[in-house]
Amino acid sequence: MKLFTTLAAAAFALLAVPAFAAEGQKDAKDISFSFEGPFGTFDRGALQRGYKVYKEVCSACHSMRLLHFRNLDEPGGPGFTEEQVKALAATFTVKDGPGEDGEMFDRPGLPSDRFPSPFPNEQAARNANGGALPTDLSLITKSRAGWYGTFNQLVNGIGGPEYVYSVLTGFEQAPPELAKEAPEGKHYNPYFAGGHWIGMAPPLTDGQVTFDDGAPNTVDAMARDVSEFLAWAAEPKMEERKSTGFATVIYLAILAVLLYLVKQRVWAKVDH
Amino acid sequence: MGGHSNYQPKSAAEKWLHERLPIVEFVKTTALDFPTPKNLNYWWTFGGILALMLVVQILTGIVLVMHYTPQAELAFDSVEHIMRDVNYGWLLRYMHANGASMFFIAVYIHIFRGMYYGSYKAPREVLWIIGVLIYLVMMATAFMGYVLPWGQMSFWGAKVITNLFSAIPFVGEAITTWLWGGYAVDNPTLNRFFSLHYLLPFVLAGLVGLHIWALHVPGNNNPTGVSVKSGQDTVPFHPYYTMKDSFAIVVFLIIFAVFLFFSPNYLGHAINYEPANPLSTPAHIVPEWYYLPFYAILRAIPDKLGGVIAMFGSILILFVLPWLDTSKVRSGTYRPLYKVFFWLFVAACIGLGYLGSKPPEGWYVTFSRLLTFYYFFHFLVILPLLGLLETPKPLPSSISDDVLAKKKPVLPEGKAVPAE
Repeated sequence: MKLFTTLAAAAFALLAVPAFAAEGQKDAKDISFSFEGPFGTFDRGALQRGYKVYKEVCSACHSMRLLHFRNLDEPGGPGFTEEQVKALAATFTVKDGPGEDGEMFDRPGLPSDRFPSPFPNEQAARNANGGALPTDLSLITKSRAGWYGTFNQLVNGIGGPEYVYSVLTGFEQAPPELAKEAPEGKHYNPYFAGGHWIGMAPPLTDGQVTFDDGAPNTVDAMARDVSEFLAWAAEPKMEERKSTGFATVIYLAILAVLLYLVKQRVWAKVDH
Repeated sequence: MGGHSNYQPKSAAEKWLHERLPIVEFVKTTALDFPTPKNLNYWWTFGGILALMLVVQILTGIVLVMHYTPQAELAFDSVEHIMRDVNYGWLLRYMHANGASMFFIAVYIHIFRGMYYGSYKAPREVLWIIGVLIYLVMMATAFMGYVLPWGQMSFWGAKVITNLFSAIPFVGEAITTWLWGGYAVDNPTLNRFFSLHYLLPFVLAGLVGLHIWALHVPGNNNPTGVSVKSGQDTVPFHPYYTMKDSFAIVVFLIIFAVFLFFSPNYLGHAINYEPANPLSTPAHIVPEWYYLPFYAILRAIPDKLGGVIAMFGSILILFVLPWLDTSKVRSGTYRPLYKVFFWLFVAACIGLGYLGSKPPEGWYVTFSRLLTFYYFFHFLVILPLLGLLETPKPLPSSISDDVLAKKKPVLPEGKAVPAE
């Protein structure tokens, strides 16, 4: 009996051991976004600015192959108008064809097009980036966790958007003991999930992108905006999901109360 | 139980049907009038919850298949197509993915309830065995379903689990190749998993039918574990349990909805939103939470074949549970020692689940081994001995007596007096 009690105590003690970050990455900076929580929605301005950061900075190397330009004017998104989306799409060149002459040809993008990828294939992308493959960003805020731990993620969320923000703003001088073995062409970033050394050079500098709404364009502000944009890109139906969820839970709660009253009434005459 | 019927077809049409197919009578006697112990608590509502979850999974799954493409190059993108372009596709897919987790939460509660109240004991052994079969088929179905989005964890999880079969002596490699449909996890593997993932839920539905049939022969167990003695002990299933179950189901659905709508990816793995890549192994390959205790047992044994045997053994041992438990008393309520060991066993399972999510190194391995040992020790040593050594508390003479004993003041004739 004593043995089992000890065993059980040991099992519970284990549960209390703090979970470590599985990938050895530093926990992301837990900044707050407007879209957090059960009622959070995206900030249209931030999404539009984030799109601009993606277009002018990220899209030089990173694809977003799951996004269509038409998504940009869909409800719950950046809230561009149909005309704006047509204009935005037209700033990209899209390969189409074959035409009547049997040749492929270039044309301006249309709202129905996917975001074109900056490189024709993985080899070309690696070749242009010192062997590293710039990740597709369509799902980046869902495919990365900012931190780990069962309870941590339950309380604070999975932290994907925070992960993106932290990597973008987290470049720093490598600690001396690590700096000695710095891989060729890599940059030190403790937030990066792939093991501290990232192929991407710090992509943002203060004032790099000019926003039409005059919003601040520091590295920090741009990183926030593009993280929000990428969060929308990964989960474009988030607002619809939350509002449907709110109505569903209210409906079910009322139904539960009514069923409870019916059940009490039915059972009132039976000892049980 | 519930054999005799007081069904009388009322209209000419009902009479006509009744003479050809007495289905209305069947439903009335087996589902509506079925005598059910009147003292069932809320732990008994999980059977109905599970039946509903199976229906939810089948319905959402059927619609998902209309939009999904089971082909290695296209599967991942077709899931994203569902999430982005299909009307309410996000709802269907999150409902199906989170529904699997809710299904397992309910089945684990249902299994532990059966263990606590001794619902596996005579005359319900066959009911229990069919239940274990259902659980096995559920695990296989969920595993194959998790592979279908063809993300990183889908791919590597499939690889790790199918690789287990290579531990079988002599024929292991051949079996693995046969399962894969080639020399690696690839498109043929995805295709067959898709086919089986669509088939097995209907096998499940059939097994559930048998499970309910096997339930209806001896009738429900109940918290006292004392068999039904008279009509005093029971109420008709409808409206008593239809209403109680409905209430419980809706409460369960609220919890389901909170995950589904507000934290739909919490129960999954972030890395599965990255397309499968055979050339890049994730840092930690971890199965879905509902497999974690078995994953811990697998890794606790230093030998690969030994680990596989222990893992399958840990589930197969449930088949003989009715004969390992030597106590004649069903309900844990009247077994002071069993009650303690039951909760220790629950703690061991949760502990194993935690350890399964951790890398197999250092103290994690040590504790995995201790708890794996304890898991089997519980079934093979504690349960058989406990029945012989334990002195159970006195049992109530009937369900009604027990119900009345809990009411104060005790009524003189031991009969239920209808309340006003």
